[in-house]
Amino acid sequence: MPEQPIIRIEDLHFTYPGDSAETLRGLSLEIAEGSFVAVLGHNGSGKSTLAKLLNAILLPTSGKVYVCGRDTEDEEHLLDIRRSVGLVFQNPDNQIVANVVEDDVAFAPENLGVEPQEIRSRVDEALRTVGMYEYRLHAPHLLSGGQKQRVAIAGALAMQPRVLVLDEPTAMLDPLGRREVISTVERLCRERGMTVVLITHHMSECVNADRLIALSDGMVTADGTPREVFSQVELLKREGLTVPATVRLLYALREAGFDVPLDALSVDECADAVAALLLARGRV
Amino acid sequence: MESIIRTEKLTHVYSRGTPFEKTAIHDVNVEIYRGELVAVIGHTGSGKSTFMQHLNGLLRPDEGGVYVEGEDIFATKEATRDVRFKVGLVFQYPEYQLFEETVYKDIAFGPRNMRLSEAEIDERVRESARLTGVGEELFERSPLELSGGQKRRVAIAGVMAMRPRVLILDEPTAGLDPAGCAGVLKNITDYREATGSTVLLVTHSMDDAARIADRLIVFHEGTIAMDGMPEEVFSRQRELVDMGLDVPQSAAIADALRARGVQLPSSIYTSRRLREAVVALAKGVAPC
Repeated sequence: MPEQPIIRIEDLHFTYPGDSAETLRGLSLEIAEGSFVAVLGHNGSGKSTLAKLLNAILLPTSGKVYVCGRDTEDEEHLLDIRRSVGLVFQNPDNQIVANVVEDDVAFAPENLGVEPQEIRSRVDEALRTVGMYEYRLHAPHLLSGGQKQRVAIAGALAMQPRVLVLDEPTAMLDPLGRREVISTVERLCRERGMTVVLITHHMSECVNADRLIALSDGMVTADGTPREVFSQVELLKREGLTVPATVRLLYALREAGFDVPLDALSVDECADAVAALLLARGRV
Repeated sequence: MESIIRTEKLTHVYSRGTPFEKTAIHDVNVEIYRGELVAVIGHTGSGKSTFMQHLNGLLRPDEGGVYVEGEDIFATKEATRDVRFKVGLVFQYPEYQLFEETVYKDIAFGPRNMRLSEAEIDERVRESARLTGVGEELFERSPLELSGGQKRRVAIAGVMAMRPRVLILDEPTAGLDPAGCAGVLKNITDYREATGSTVLLVTHSMDDAARIADRLIVFHEGTIAMDGMPEEVFSRQRELVDMGLDVPQSAAIADALRARGVQLPSSIYTSRRLREAVVALAKGVAPC
């Protein structure tokens, strides 16, 4: 029997109170435990709403969301669900509450009434995991954006969640901070088996995901491996999503009648494919 | 070319005399020419924002000076005040600074402070709204009701309406989705075309810089590490990555192709030019 998905969404509809239009219009998805799933979509596509439905900050207007087999509308399981799904938001300054890094990371387990000794070990471990242990006694406001986001991730990890949902965690960071956060998240998934749902509009952050889901107007418009999704150039353009320069180049060659693969995503793969074509045509 | 801004040995030290003393910029000498669109690039803490805040007198240098149209902006109080109108600054996340009851009043705020006539104010509000794609049907709406992208355009329009000779924008595309980014960049190039103003774009997005800038200035550890045309700067990929910066993906592909023996000119660093050049090569036409 196949393993039960850690998140199961059935015909999910959501409308914000007072809105006439639906934000999510019939979403059905299953997310496998331990996978790294990227969710792409332009502003207003419903991706942040989806994040909030995954840990019962919002509840479905109709349809169901199950986390670890539990219905998010079942109040009895609310605490369990909140513990199972850690959320990290866009703005690091809005989610850090304490004056010292380790106090901030301890905030959630303290609220859950975890034993002090247990808190100590969870905080240390979470900070080591994101590479911020040396900064445990620093003041968060003096850290860089990437460091603050890693502290926010550590805060989520201290709850020992099974799923980490990150809503545009790098939107306010510079390239270095972006790399720090994405490599931390990738490591969590690959080495610790954490299920990761990364909501983003940076294509470069999705390249290593197991699966990429494109949302548009509250519906899934593409769902597959990054290679499969990125090769649907026309669809992505129509949805206002940028296509990586590698794929755009290969696509232009195809349009001009040349036989090149569309799924050479990385710079080196793309250069290999293009160089091979030019060599075969005697242009090098 | 005629110089519009010049800095001489510009140095700024934060928290001088305390344990937190930090030299943010050191001995920066730069000349910006009239009509240029310059991207100022650097990672967080490189000094680029400190540098920029000197250009309209928000920060006072610890050493050195800033000259706008040849005039020392710190010479007198009047000179420092005048420079606020000559050099317009759009801060990061400017949408948080909207405060008026209506979009129209918000855009009109700057020109009104300049004590212009009502007719002049009205003309400027309409012009900058048009340049930023803010429809007149939004004029009587509260800025708080607009979408994030619209709010940002209104905030940018408010600074453009002061018709500064130099417009400086700090991370104008941060946090916007690809369509929003493309829209704001187009507003900036439209504005520059319509007014001939000098524009400084502070960013850490190499893609934004590649798309619209004539010249790139790269800050690193408080000094200017590179200053040149985009193709010159993007050809130093390894150094840029070591500084914690990105290279536009198209520049990286072009570089990888060159390493594989493909002859491509160094002027190729945008997706469009790369596609044109490679397709032309494949078809057997020499790329131009």
